[in-house]
Amino acid sequence: MKTKLLGAISAIALLAACSHNPPANTGGAGGMANTNSGPSTGSVVPGSQEDLVANVGDRVFYELNSSTLTDAGQATLSKQADWLAKYPNVSIQIAGNCDDRGTEEFNLALGQRRANAAKDFLQAKGVSSSRITTISYGKDRPTALGDDEQAWSQNRNAITSVKSGPGV
Amino acid sequence: MKPIDDARRVETAFFRRGFLAGAAGLLATPALAQAPLAAPGTPGGQPIIDVPGAQRNPIPIAITGLSGSPGGVDVGGVVSADLARCGLFRPLGEAGFAADAATTPNFQNWRASGAHALVTGQVTGTDPLRVEFRLWDVLQGTQIQGTAYTTTAANWRRIAHIVADVVYERLVGEKGYFDTRIVYVAASGRRGSQSKRLAIMDQDSANNRILTDGSWLVLTPRFNPVRDQIAFMSYANNRPRVYLFDLGTGRQTTFGEFEGMSFAPRFSPDGGSCILSVTRGGGSDIFVVDAATHAARRLTSSGSIDTSPCYSPDGSQIVFNSDRGGDQQLYIMGAGGGGARRISYGHGRYATPVWSPRGDLIAFTRLSGGTFAIGVMAPDGSGERILSESFSVEGPTFAPNGRVLMFCRETQAHDSSGSGYSARLVSIDITGFNERQVPTGSDASDPAWSPLNA
Repeated sequence: MKTKLLGAISAIALLAACSHNPPANTGGAGGMANTNSGPSTGSVVPGSQEDLVANVGDRVFYELNSSTLTDAGQATLSKQADWLAKYPNVSIQIAGNCDDRGTEEFNLALGQRRANAAKDFLQAKGVSSSRITTISYGKDRPTALGDDEQAWSQNRNAITSVKSGPGV
Repeated sequence: MKPIDDARRVETAFFRRGFLAGAAGLLATPALAQAPLAAPGTPGGQPIIDVPGAQRNPIPIAITGLSGSPGGVDVGGVVSADLARCGLFRPLGEAGFAADAATTPNFQNWRASGAHALVTGQVTGTDPLRVEFRLWDVLQGTQIQGTAYTTTAANWRRIAHIVADVVYERLVGEKGYFDTRIVYVAASGRRGSQSKRLAIMDQDSANNRILTDGSWLVLTPRFNPVRDQIAFMSYANNRPRVYLFDLGTGRQTTFGEFEGMSFAPRFSPDGGSCILSVTRGGGSDIFVVDAATHAARRLTSSGSIDTSPCYSPDGSQIVFNSDRGGDQQLYIMGAGGGGARRISYGHGRYATPVWSPRGDLIAFTRLSGGTFAIGVMAPDGSGERILSESFSVEGPTFAPNGRVLMFCRETQAHDSSGSGYSARLVSIDITGFNERQVPTGSDASDPAWSPLNA
């Protein structure tokens, strides 16, 4: 008969091991501002996120599986470029997002491609690349929570958020 | 009974001389030689059961003597649940069976019970705990295997899984997969702002533990095949990158230095390197990163999205998905890069390829006609079979024996607030047989199956 002695298997130290601080307001997580929830312009700080949302538009939308800017998207980004020219101390993050009708890893890349397309457009309109960072959340930060075409079309986007400047 | 006495003597020697598990094999042969009844019923690990037949009519197996123990641990219950879950066995309840551990079983009685195979044994001690078991072919009236294990009480479930793996291997003729773990992403909170944490559990959902604190989004954990380590993606400090998580210490470290986002890590079969994707402009390239030095080398630069790379089990090839041809399809290239050729030609987009540890299949996610499917194909792209199809299934991972896949299934939200949405882990045999949900305490995604525990 075979006998086998299993040594004590080292207890796994499964501590919460993040060595970083808890997140402050990370911003730009795709849901921090809704296009249709802008406050009245009276109280909006010029050059702030609220200003961007209320008076310019903070996001552009993409077709299924595409990172090509639509005419509407180009119009919104043109307005963003003008607005950024007006507030030269503002720097922004562009977050690329996808609907969940794709796979995780591919969507991470597709979200980055969308953010990049928006960034490239702003640069072409004269916004310095040093003022723009990009990030992709793939399909992990949907703004619309349903599972229908209307929700998916809202979640295929690139969202601009103010990272530094007035009101930040 | 004589063989048991022999085993006890051998084990005592182990304790006294401080032998470790690795030394067991040295004494196994003499021990067997002293135990004439231990002669295997079938020579050389030949399978006793026919898998397709067992899928139709699971093998009735009785498990007795392993459920009562001084420490109250139910080894028999865990063995029984493992064997039942794999779909090839039908464990008979212990009720009505006399304990039959100490002597050669009364095969006539066991035949009358309907059992084809029989596991007898006993659990003694509390800490350390000793489990001895014998596997018998009831129809032939022969012993197939007899083994005793000793370990600390905290490991008792592992011993049960090891016993189940032995039963599986001796009867099915291929390695088992019960002494394994699953790492996955556990999600909590409202859809859209879910907190996601790395979690790890045994393959039977026991010993579930949360590894990260949820401060940052984490995705796609994968086991290092040779070290107790996980590669995964974290948004720590809003810099999405591939990290390593050391299961022994809980330490997280970055893996490789890239200007762009790094993601989609997967280790080589020898653990010596890890392949991953890095964004560059609008595309994503595949890199190989040395596990020791973190030196990186680019393997693709198509300008398209090349991601979800996975090595062949011999490490010589890499399968990945790319939209270089217009839409997302599967490609295979040499491990050094170059010469990529498309292998997926069915209807739809193909993603998340994973190579079977047996080498004979590539499992994938297929997106077509508004539904997602999990399927397998041969590495040359032939013989595509869909195993499971629904609103959303994604990301298959192979059990180490290549017999079972696990993946994530999401149910569709039924309103604009996301109610009705859920994400669950599901396992299925590579033939499409025995699909079942894997219990997790919360929404779960991104499963990765460990190798057999060392």
